[in-house]
Amino acid sequence: MIEAVGLTKRYGAKTAVDDLSFQVRPGAVTGFLGPNGSGKSTTMRMILGLDRPTAGHVTIGGHPYRSLPNAPRQVGALLDAKGVHGGRSARNHLLSLAQLAGIPAARVDEVLGVVGLQDVARRRSSGFSLGMGQRLGIAAALLGDPQVLLFDEPVNGLDPEGIHWVRNLMKMLAAEGRTVFVSSHLMSEMALTADHLIVIGRGRLLSDMSVTDFISANSADFARVRVPEDGPEDRQKLTAALIEAGGRVLSEPGGALRVTGLPLPRISDLAHGCDVRLWELSPHQASLEEAYMRLTQGLVDYRSSDDAKAGLVEPPPLDAYGNPLGGHADAPAEPVEVPQEGWYAPPPPAPRPAPAPAPASSPVAEPSRPTEPAPAAEPSSAAPAKEQTSKDPR
Amino acid sequence: MTSPATPQDRRQEPEAGLLSFYASPIPIRPATLGDAIASEWTKLRSVRATVWTLGVMVALMLTVGVCTALLLAANDTDLVGEPALVLGFFGVLLGSLCVITLGVLTIGSEYSTGMIRTTLTACPSRVRVLAAKAIVFFSLTFVITTVTATVVAVLQTLILSGAATPSGGEWALSTVGVGFYIAGLGLLSLGIGAIVRHSAGAITIMIGVVLLPLVLALFMFADDLRSVQRFLIEYSIPNQLSALYGTTMTNSGPSGWEPLLVMLGLVTVALGGAVALLNRRDV
Repeated sequence: MIEAVGLTKRYGAKTAVDDLSFQVRPGAVTGFLGPNGSGKSTTMRMILGLDRPTAGHVTIGGHPYRSLPNAPRQVGALLDAKGVHGGRSARNHLLSLAQLAGIPAARVDEVLGVVGLQDVARRRSSGFSLGMGQRLGIAAALLGDPQVLLFDEPVNGLDPEGIHWVRNLMKMLAAEGRTVFVSSHLMSEMALTADHLIVIGRGRLLSDMSVTDFISANSADFARVRVPEDGPEDRQKLTAALIEAGGRVLSEPGGALRVTGLPLPRISDLAHGCDVRLWELSPHQASLEEAYMRLTQGLVDYRSSDDAKAGLVEPPPLDAYGNPLGGHADAPAEPVEVPQEGWYAPPPPAPRPAPAPAPASSPVAEPSRPTEPAPAAEPSSAAPAKEQTSKDPR
Repeated sequence: MTSPATPQDRRQEPEAGLLSFYASPIPIRPATLGDAIASEWTKLRSVRATVWTLGVMVALMLTVGVCTALLLAANDTDLVGEPALVLGFFGVLLGSLCVITLGVLTIGSEYSTGMIRTTLTACPSRVRVLAAKAIVFFSLTFVITTVTATVVAVLQTLILSGAATPSGGEWALSTVGVGFYIAGLGLLSLGIGAIVRHSAGAITIMIGVVLLPLVLALFMFADDLRSVQRFLIEYSIPNQLSALYGTTMTNSGPSGWEPLLVMLGLVTVALGGAVALLNRRDV
């Protein structure tokens, strides 16, 4: 169990971590997400007592790391920097760490086997690839067979087999009752690995909830509605009815409609009410990637200048929803085109209150948000959404 | 927590309650300074820098020491009653630069590679890590310097059989004494390395510490500065080192075992400062 209370770290005028409070529980993989420079690594270092917090404190099992009895047997860590002397062989590196922590030397060969480096154990680690270095770091973390494990970007540089292995390793470690705290900026990876998510941006806590809750709270689930192609007037009629009922409608390139803000049964009822046949009415759940980008937009410190995403996360022009005459109810019958890429960025959570107390940034823009339309309904339908997100050049 | 999603809290509680904490089957015993020393020995012996710097030092001490003796013997130069041990000084002075480098690298390479974070995660006690490094490094350089200095001294005495016979005290000073002094100089470098955290910077500082006092003293001609010049010369590291061999550039200043006390003081200050900084500073 890791517990941070009011954790703050300032470097001069820059606040790297700002009043961060969270708990990491045993028996689950907790993902630690945030854009580059959001304070993930600083937080990790403070947990390990390497950096001293400016304010607040963080404890592991009730003790600050530096006064933890038998610290290396309780906590294992892989930090983002390789942290290996390149001139030393993998085995000697691990051996020195094992000796330092009072761990039997036989354990070294054991962990070398676990991470699959036994064949290169006697080679100097300067010749290691990024992935091998990462495996060596994971071996060092596992050395003490600890109860709490911290991994900073563990899948960096790993091949697909390695990523798969790390994913299973994390889950297995958590299933054994350990506390596993993994930082990453790979959303897709966290969606598969983590049970719980802690999201920070600019050092502040943005969200602290389970992965499923995170997705449904932060993303716009939508319903895809398709009407027969032979009746464009049906389409207009249905669109008007949906908007009148408080839903939001976007038109997809294929002719289908994306509806948010209305539960599926209600859409069906409305369609029935205005006598429109439906060819498709399906629930779609946004991927973790979308949810994350929405949450952290505006809190990204380092954004590439050729930023294709800016056009995507921008809200669709306001007047597209409302009607030039003013009222929300009598919106244009013809729905707005979905942006070309098919990447639907849901309306932003209103002007974000500057020091947004984390989860308040959930969809404020949809006040009449109804209960979710059976999120588990169609697992396969989530796939296309994710594919689209992964096309994002970043 | 601030999470608005209460259902997740309901789900988590029983989950956390059902699972017991993981307990490792590997017996846990508290790590000690002895473990840290074993670890530092593994680190020191497993990098090439150790072999190179100490190898170069031994080579320098042997070649310079023996060559000077051979040159003097060939030229029939009179040592004016001095024991032949004095000739070891030149090799040791050159070799000290290697010890400085190794001392700085012992801690500096941890910072330059990021290994220090791994080390301090495996052992949160900064004092223990630094103490282990100091003990291992000091022991290694002391043994190697003393042994080499002894070998050189014996060879020189054999080559220059006409020189005065050194007393037991002189033998001790120019072997064990020199070993202590050079290893102490290495410890000072280690302390500076821990304070500066940058290998090149620390090595430069240490070379300055060794050479600058003499260089500065060279330019102090004014009468007002006479006492400063004298102090700089007397307490310069080369002069103190040669005091161990019984020859100094001035008639006053540290002599006999006194240079070792001076070095001990310097080392205490440097290592004390390093511990204080390591404890306070972010890694």
